[in-house]
This record gives sequence, C-alpha cells and structure tokens, in this order.
Amino acid sequence: MTKSDKTDADGSVSDRPMIEIKGMHKWYGEFHVLKDINLSVAKGERIVVCGPSGSGKSTMIRCINRLEEHQKGKIIVDGIELNDDLKRIDRIRREVGMVFQHFNLFPHLTVLENCCLAPIWVRKMPRRKAEAIGMEYLERVKIPEQAKKYPGQLSGGQQQRVAIARSLCMSPSIMLFDEPTSALDPEMIKEVLETMIELAESGMTMIVVTHEMGFAKTVANRVIFMDEGQIIEENDPESFFSAPEHDRTKLFLSQIM
Amino acid sequence: MINNDSLPDLPPPRTSVGFIGWLRNNLFPSPLNTLLTLLALYIIYLVVVPTVSWVFLNSDWVGESRDACTSGGACWVFISARFNLFMYGFYPESEYWRVNLVFAILALLLVLLHIKQLPRRGWLGAFALIGYPIIAFYLFSGGIFGLEKVETSRWGGLSLTLVLSGVGIVASLPIGVILALGRNSQMPIVKAVSIVFIEFWRGVPLITVLFMSSVMLPLFLPEGTSFDKLLRAMIGIVLFESAYMAEVVRGGLAAIPRGQYEAAKALGLSYWKSMSLIILPQALKLVIPGIVNTFIALFKDTTLVLIIGLFDLLTTVEAGFKDSHWLGYALEGYVFAALVYWIFCFSMSRYSQNLERKLHTGHAR
Repeated sequence: MTKSDKTDADGSVSDRPMIEIKGMHKWYGEFHVLKDINLSVAKGERIVVCGPSGSGKSTMIRCINRLEEHQKGKIIVDGIELNDDLKRIDRIRREVGMVFQHFNLFPHLTVLENCCLAPIWVRKMPRRKAEAIGMEYLERVKIPEQAKKYPGQLSGGQQQRVAIARSLCMSPSIMLFDEPTSALDPEMIKEVLETMIELAESGMTMIVVTHEMGFAKTVANRVIFMDEGQIIEENDPESFFSAPEHDRTKLFLSQIM
Repeated sequence: MINNDSLPDLPPPRTSVGFIGWLRNNLFPSPLNTLLTLLALYIIYLVVVPTVSWVFLNSDWVGESRDACTSGGACWVFISARFNLFMYGFYPESEYWRVNLVFAILALLLVLLHIKQLPRRGWLGAFALIGYPIIAFYLFSGGIFGLEKVETSRWGGLSLTLVLSGVGIVASLPIGVILALGRNSQMPIVKAVSIVFIEFWRGVPLITVLFMSSVMLPLFLPEGTSFDKLLRAMIGIVLFESAYMAEVVRGGLAAIPRGQYEAAKALGLSYWKSMSLIILPQALKLVIPGIVNTFIALFKDTTLVLIIGLFDLLTTVEAGFKDSHWLGYALEGYVFAALVYWIFCFSMSRYSQNLERKLHTGHAR
C-alpha cells in the first residue's frame, strides 16, 4: 500500500483526524496525572509514545478507549466525541483495538474462541464467518496451528500474537499498544515486533507505547516523549533521536540507549 | 580402573521398595513409631470388630416385625419394614409412582445432559431448568388431569428432602450470582441493597428464618390468606442460602485479574456480556469447591425443617422409631439416615472434583 509511506501522513491529511485530543486533563483523586494533552492522529499514522515510567503514557492511551475517564478537555475518535454516553463508548471501543502488556487473553477459551468472541457477540456475526475470520488473522500472525489450544499452553510471544489477532478480528480502524513487549522474554520480543511491523505496513493507524527504540525508528511517523503527565517533545523519529530538543528528552534517551 | 561398558540397570534392594519397603518406611521406621503403629492397630481393632459384628455378623435383615430381631445386633428389619415411610413420608401409597416418575425423569435428564454429542443440548438444559420443575410440581401435588390432589403436608421422607434441597440448590446459585454482582456494582443503591440483603440473611440462624416463616409470617398476613407451609420454608431456605452463595461467588470475582475486565471492555463487550462470557465462567470455575461446599451444607440444613413440622428424611426416621412397634431402634434409624445423607453429600463432592478436572484448561495465573 502506498498509503503507508512514511511521508504520507505529514502532507496529505485531507480528511478529519482519526483521533483528536484537545486540552485533556486527568486526575486520580488529588493527583494530576495528565496535564493539557493535545494530540492529533491522522489516518494511517503510526505514533510511538515513550517516556519514563509513571509519566502517564499508558494512562493517556487508555483514555482513548475509555478504560480511564478524563475529567477535562475533549477526545474525539473517528468523529465521535467521548463522553458518559455508553452507546458512544461502545461504538468507539468497536473501532479501537487494544493490545495489553500482559496479553489479557481469556484463559477459559481456546485461541480461536478468544478471536471469535467479540465478532460473534458484539458484531453479531454468524459463528462460521467469525471462525473463518479468526483463522485468517491467526494465519496472519503465523500461529494457525495453535487455534484449538488454550492460552495457558502457549509461550508469551505466541500469546501476544494471539492478542493482536483477537483485536484485529473486530476490524478496528485504530490499534493501541500498551507496552506490548515489556512482559516478554528477549527472544520473543522479535516475533511480536515483526507482527506489529507487518500491521504497520498494511496502513493501520497505530499508537504504540513502548521502549523499543529500534521499532520507533523503523516504523513511527512521529515519536512523542512524555514526562510528568505532559507531552514534552514531539518530532519525526530521525530528528527525535539525532537532535532531541529538551534536556529531559536527552537525559531519557541517554539512559535507555 | 575405568569401566567403559555401560552398567546394566539393577533392581533396587528388596527391603527398600515394594510392600516390605513400604511397611519399613511408613509403619516401623523406629522403635517409637513401631509402638505407635501397634497402638493404633489395637485401637482400630477395638472399634472395628464390634462395629462389624453389630452391622453385619449379628444383625437381622429379613422379617416383618421386631419379633424377627433376635440376634442382638442391628435390626435392619426396622428399616426395610418402614422403608416407604422414609422415602415417601405420608404420600398416599397408590400415588408413589408419581414421586418415582419425577425422580426418574430427573435422572434421565441428568444422564442426557452429560452426553456431549447430543444435539440441542441447550434446549434440553432450558427444559430441565424451566419445564421440568413445573411438571415435577404438578406430578407431586396433582389436582390436574385427574391426578389425585396431594397436600404438601403429606409430602415427606427422602423425597421431601430432595425437593427442598433441589429447589434450594437450583434457586440459590443464580440469586447468589446476582447478589455478588450487585455487591461489586458501581451503582450505590444496587450495592447498598445487596450488602444489606446479604448481611441480614447471613446474620440470622436458619432455625430463626424457618420459625419466622412458619409462625410469624401468618400473623402479618391478612386473615384467611393461607400460604403453603412448605413454600414458606423453601423461600426461607433459598434466601438464606443465596446470601452465602453470594459471598462464595464474590470470592471468585475478586480473584479475576483486572486485565480480564479491561480486555472485555476494550473489545466492546457490554457489562452483561463480559460478565456472562468472560468473568463468571472463570470466577465460578474457581469457586466450585466453595459452591459445592455450600450445596452440601444446604442439603444437610434441610433437616432443620423438622422444627416447623415438615417430615423430611430425618424426621420420618425419628417418627419411625418413636412408633410403639419399633421402640428402641433409634440407633439403626440414625445410622440409616446418616448413610443416606453421606451418599448424597459424597456424590456431590466427587462430582465437583470431576467437574474441576474437566474444566481445567492448563492455565496458570
């Protein structure tokens, strides 16, 4: 797909952004976790969010599908503004797939059942069609032979690929990744990153919270650096890594590289 | 010297394995343990020999009346002579077939529901939960299709025990699940109502509940409205046990990691769908031992209905040996009742272990 060219998102953003966050704040009780977040994500754009732990990266992307509630500001996903209306939340969740650090597969269901559950019960798809789609995505993440097994019988890397396939079965227009490789053994990180790179090449809109800087360099259109609940720096990957502007960014990069 | 050939596998010394090895290691490893083993064997001998002789060797099995009991051991004639009383209570003898039919259908349903390949198993399950109780009720009480009407006061014996505990088990689990979900709810009123309900019913003894239902409730009801005694006892038992069940289920809900709720939400599943498809199947599986424990306690708790004048198995047995023809055979009666209760409770326990094994999907949390 030509659309997935890295330069595409910068120039030709003709239609409305897929995600728009304007002046968003969030508090946990008295604690101000997110401060004045502004972010616009175009269709097909791939954004990597990094920053020290406790900087609010995960909280920010969890606000996008309302796993966390924001108290001030606006979040507009694919033209739908997030508020307390449950119908809107459900519509947005159908459009937004999420992959978690700890996979969160359903241990009492087989791999294929994990994939088919939401298409059947949320999209009201006939079982046979949902299973065909489930197998298709399991093939895309290269583990169709595990379809009948339970998640507990799979390795961490395989489980995370199943989790990606499970989200894709809902044919989302946006995918959120919350530290997808942080809980994996080193030799399994690669297989998950490869799956994510393939997904990026197919033109999926992605926001990825990760510390995998190699992934950020090859895949991202933009890298966002967060600290203490704020977006400190936002740049294309080349400038971000070669010429970081803020001291805090420099410090962070020097620590992890 | 270096031995280059691989050495053959030799059998271990005879004294370390096999029966003799086991005896040595477990029963006679040291003088003190040997002494304790011998002492324990002597105590077992003291208990077992008279028991076996009372139950089997010196007992009387055939006959019609107490005159047949001459051997000095247990008089099982008492049980066989009053067997129908213990099974059916005061249900009219000509109508026993109706009770038998109810339990035969139940047994058939249970067997069918365990055949995995059976088509339309879901419908059969729905019938077992909705259609079957209605049929069972009308078979028991009669009054339609020319069946003789049998008042609930004549129901009794093991069949009454099974009716009470069956209703209690089938109704308390879903009510308990709803209460547990209510107690975990974000909605303050739902949460408060659930907590008050659970804590109230857990805080009073079942005997009080039964007394209240049979003695106090009629005082509050308007004159002339009669409200079946058995029904009142059933409602009391169900409400009481569902409060316990709610806490067992809540324990299971608390053990489900937050990630499961989040994954279900992120996929767009609604509250009820994520509960029924993701959370409850895992939570209930985790607390099968607790649920079955509550069922077993419920089964035995039904004996308390004797204080409001219902004739369950234990009460009919007591009525049996208080009969002047059979005075003095209380021990036989209690042993028989205990055996029946034990068979049912032990079966439930074994079934639950079997179920746990079957539902295990090899996941470690």
